[in-house]
Amino acid sequence: MSTCSVSKGCFVFKPRTKKRRLSDKTGQDFRCTSNDGEDTQLRFVTCQSLWNQIKSETEKIQEDLNKQLLDNLVSFLSRSHSDFREKTTEWTCRMKFREIPTAALVLGVNVTDHDLTFRGLSDVLQDNITPYVALLEAKDCPGIKNLMQKLMGQLMNCDIDVDSLEDEDCVQVSQNRIRGSMPSLISWYDSVTKKTDSDTPSKKRNSSSRHWQSPPVVVIFKDMESFSTKVLQDFIVISSQHIRELPLVLIFGIATSPMIIHRLLPHSVSSLLCIELFQSLSCKEHLSTIIDKLLLTSRFPFKLGEKVLQVLINIFLYHDFSVQNFIKGFQLCIVEHFYSQPLSVLCCHLVDIKKRVYSLSHDQCENIRRLPSFRRYVEKQESGKQIELLTNDSFLKEETEKLLDDLHVYHENYFSILRCLHVFTSSLPKYPLGKQIRELHCACLENRVWETEEYESSLQLARMLNKTDLVTMLQQCVEILIASSGKEFGRAIEKLKEFLTQFQNLEVAEASQERDVSVSPQKELQKKTDLYHLQKTLLELKESRRSKKLTKFEMLRFEVVDYIDSLVRRYLVPADNRTLHEIVYFNAAAVLRGHLNAAPRTALHTALNNPHWYLKNPALKCDGGGISNKAPDICIVYKLHLECGRLINLADWLEAFSTVVMAAEEPNADAASSDQVDDVIHARFIRAVSELELLGFIKPSKQKTDHVARLTWGGC
Amino acid sequence: MPNLEHPAYPAADLLRLESLVPCRESQVSMLLSIFGERQQFSFPCIFIYGHTSSGKTYVMQTLLTTLQLPHVFVNCVECFTSRLLLEEILIQLQSCSSGTEQTSPVRCDTLNDFVRLFKQAVASQELQDQTLYIVLDRAEQLREMEANILPAFLRLQELTDRNVTVVLLSEIVWELFRPNMGCFEPFTMYFPDYSIGHLQKILSQNHPPEYSADFYAAYINILLGVFYMVCRDLKELRHLAALNFAKYCEPVVRGEANERDTRKLWKNIEPHLKKAMQTVYLREISSSQWERLQHVGGEAGQLKGLSAHTHVELPYYSKFLLIAAYLASYNPVRTDKRFFLKHHGKIRKTNFMKKHEKTSNHLLGPKPFPLDRLLAILYSIVDNRVAPTANIFSQVSVYLLFNLFLVSGIHQVLNVICKLINAKITSLVTLQLLSVVGQNDQLDGPRYKCTVSLDFIRAIARTVNFDIIKYLYDFL
Repeated sequence: MSTCSVSKGCFVFKPRTKKRRLSDKTGQDFRCTSNDGEDTQLRFVTCQSLWNQIKSETEKIQEDLNKQLLDNLVSFLSRSHSDFREKTTEWTCRMKFREIPTAALVLGVNVTDHDLTFRGLSDVLQDNITPYVALLEAKDCPGIKNLMQKLMGQLMNCDIDVDSLEDEDCVQVSQNRIRGSMPSLISWYDSVTKKTDSDTPSKKRNSSSRHWQSPPVVVIFKDMESFSTKVLQDFIVISSQHIRELPLVLIFGIATSPMIIHRLLPHSVSSLLCIELFQSLSCKEHLSTIIDKLLLTSRFPFKLGEKVLQVLINIFLYHDFSVQNFIKGFQLCIVEHFYSQPLSVLCCHLVDIKKRVYSLSHDQCENIRRLPSFRRYVEKQESGKQIELLTNDSFLKEETEKLLDDLHVYHENYFSILRCLHVFTSSLPKYPLGKQIRELHCACLENRVWETEEYESSLQLARMLNKTDLVTMLQQCVEILIASSGKEFGRAIEKLKEFLTQFQNLEVAEASQERDVSVSPQKELQKKTDLYHLQKTLLELKESRRSKKLTKFEMLRFEVVDYIDSLVRRYLVPADNRTLHEIVYFNAAAVLRGHLNAAPRTALHTALNNPHWYLKNPALKCDGGGISNKAPDICIVYKLHLECGRLINLADWLEAFSTVVMAAEEPNADAASSDQVDDVIHARFIRAVSELELLGFIKPSKQKTDHVARLTWGGC
Repeated sequence: MPNLEHPAYPAADLLRLESLVPCRESQVSMLLSIFGERQQFSFPCIFIYGHTSSGKTYVMQTLLTTLQLPHVFVNCVECFTSRLLLEEILIQLQSCSSGTEQTSPVRCDTLNDFVRLFKQAVASQELQDQTLYIVLDRAEQLREMEANILPAFLRLQELTDRNVTVVLLSEIVWELFRPNMGCFEPFTMYFPDYSIGHLQKILSQNHPPEYSADFYAAYINILLGVFYMVCRDLKELRHLAALNFAKYCEPVVRGEANERDTRKLWKNIEPHLKKAMQTVYLREISSSQWERLQHVGGEAGQLKGLSAHTHVELPYYSKFLLIAAYLASYNPVRTDKRFFLKHHGKIRKTNFMKKHEKTSNHLLGPKPFPLDRLLAILYSIVDNRVAPTANIFSQVSVYLLFNLFLVSGIHQVLNVICKLINAKITSLVTLQLLSVVGQNDQLDGPRYKCTVSLDFIRAIARTVNFDIIKYLYDFL
């Protein structure tokens, strides 16, 4: 991504604009830095289609994950005003206080994800329950007046949307009569519901099939925490007065904990509500699902390298918990990969590979030869083949296709075995290899997992598993392997099944064996009566137990663990060792970090402290801590101000500034500079100081005249 | 019992009224004697106050409707601006005698207009010979409107020169209303709380048709025995009575006990009511959930109340940021050196403390702190665990960047750079965990306060293995 700015620094690209720009200029952006003949157009198209696939996949996953929550909410809403519709006159209903049905929706602190949930929610509500849904945000509602206006605006608009071909006079009426008050809202509701009742029969049937006769009015408070208490209280009090005429349902979107309801509302107000709690899926689980479905699969050709994945996960865990941002980061990786790696044209589905490999240009072939992993591969071949590979393009293409095929097979095997290993490690005490599969994945990507200490200790722990656990794990592994698409697992499945049958046989054998083994030492103990002999036998018993031969079960357990170990060693080779891994793996973690983890303060400091870093002007190259007078004025002023304390004397500052500026210019005219500062320099100084003030480094101080206060820390 | 008597009103109406307002006879007769006959001018303004649900609104409403006195009844919470209030009164006035069909929209912005329109409305509706009553419920809201509204309503009779009486209903005393410029003093009247006997009588009055009055009265007696200590709110009690009555009847329905078997019934209902007091009454679980539980016959323990979900999941650095904010809020600035410098030397608390610092900071509440102090503390506490990465804080902040860069223009952009640094803090502010004190300018170094409780922060600190007590000055 490039900017038109001359300075280098922290630029932020809004995702939407970025995408639009991409689609506007299509492949041109991809081409601008690299020379032609690198299939830029094709790369761009591949990137787009891949992203679209991934996007639809994530949307599907999110829909599935939210389904439970939305279903619960819908059933709550349909329950909520049942007595309103049925108009029951039972004694309990008459006596009971009429509370406003309220759903407290706990969504977690990842505020950026909430929008999506709310959008899904309001869509579902409008499809199933009621056309009258209003979404309120705290920033729009500083007072009850604004809240009512916003609410009525949204409700009446949505009504107009529903029957858009209705004559315009109703719009006009609603506009000039819009008095943001409850009575007008009620009269609107009456008219609307009556209208749908007395509509044409066809339309009535249509509406009644989706909504009820008097659909509830749903008001969603997106960010409950930010609403002022007074607004909420007033709104609740007012609407509870009219709950009989207007079937209102509230939904509170809560980011922290439901305790906030009691903190915001006094008992007299919360007693007007009938609050039920709904909890959305925790964002960590959400992320696990996303990673499981998007990254740990061979469905998508594009893969994330270990460092990059680590960056994305760290951002998620350490900073924002936002799944949305994770996906955005993933998208950025895709775009960056296809943009920067010319060979990414081969990062496509298996069916297209052959065609694409054979249509590679000579430049692209050279690109392949330049890949480090390929060079390593070449070095291992015998000399004749080496020459062929390095000189013959068509031979190279054949070889490339084969290697890419291998890579695909490797992925298929890798993910299945990874899941099997995860079955084992996730149930060990203290989780030496991590609880989540993503941690295991990272460990495997990083280096040979079987060489790590954690792996060693987890194998040792696995050798102590009990039988029932071991059997269930083996069964799970068999299921995983059967479900996997890898073709090489026929033997592995056989082997595992064999283990399972052996375990079963063992049970039968052991039951008979144990009986006579366990009896004999007991009997001996009973025979001996005097203390000395008893001690002796006990010691013997202990000795024999230590050097006891392993039982059959233990032998078998060792076998199983060794077999799993062999599978791991065979299939979980880190991707870095595979030839041509650069084509499908995105490894530029530094680039990603630069984009996602901007450090504005550092950038600003570097720009002002060391202008050469960004301006690349050789004259500015300074040595050590000295202040060059060639630097822009603001840099000089900034450097000088770093040496000051909390309050800076402007006169001293100016003195220092003029000394620095004059230093090289006129070494002979020192007499003039001593008593009077040049007007031009004075003006330059004033401009530089006001620039610093604009940047927020200093502010005028009221404590002392002729002084400014530093706003940044580090003052001594 | 003082029977209601008044020569101006038919005895049958008075009798009906008496049956409708139990335990409020003396107040009603007092009001009647103030009102006088229909055509007589009454006191210009009556101020009625009393605790929540002491029957102010209900008594006024029943009195006015049963005796068919012309009146306007307005709830001031609903009319949050003076314009809405005045228009609402005029609309109701139009419809109060001349039928509902013609309610043309009126426009009334000022009190001057109101007086004019009010005169017109009264003149057109043959009300001249009767007193018109304007009842303003929850009148405490009037104080928040323009300064002239309340005094004008107090003197409405004088201003309009019509036979009108304004009745103000409120839960607070008149002294809190009185404007400092002085005003016409209304006739104040106090509605005392219902005693337990009154509550018993009123609640037993409307019993379900399937059961006898005595049976229901016994139930109310048990209910009051449990709830009277915590709740005297008639509405709330009635709600609770309705919610739990089904459970009370259970043994009778199943045939295990008859209606007179009070002891058995008591044993059945008492623990149930106690549980209700801890859950439904506090709105920990909703009444509909409670009813469903009763239907299924499950235990209330299965349902967790709202307060049970105190746990908040925060990202790793947000937790530290919050901890740092808490430390900055509750530690005196001078002690930072002692807590966060590696070689601070030994400082005894006793010598170290100034006199005013002897009171616990936790009793005084959080103090505001500038951003820089928060940052410094954050670095020093994160430092122990994580290698000092480039700029943790700006890393922390980046994540609201998509939202923040929506603003444009050179000044905004500069502002945004500063905001960016504050981004994470801003998000904590929106979650109400921190609060901004005296926000004037982002560039001017905003000051924050940490609003979370000690228990909360301890729970947070425990998840990141940070012993916060060791870092708090109060617990030294």
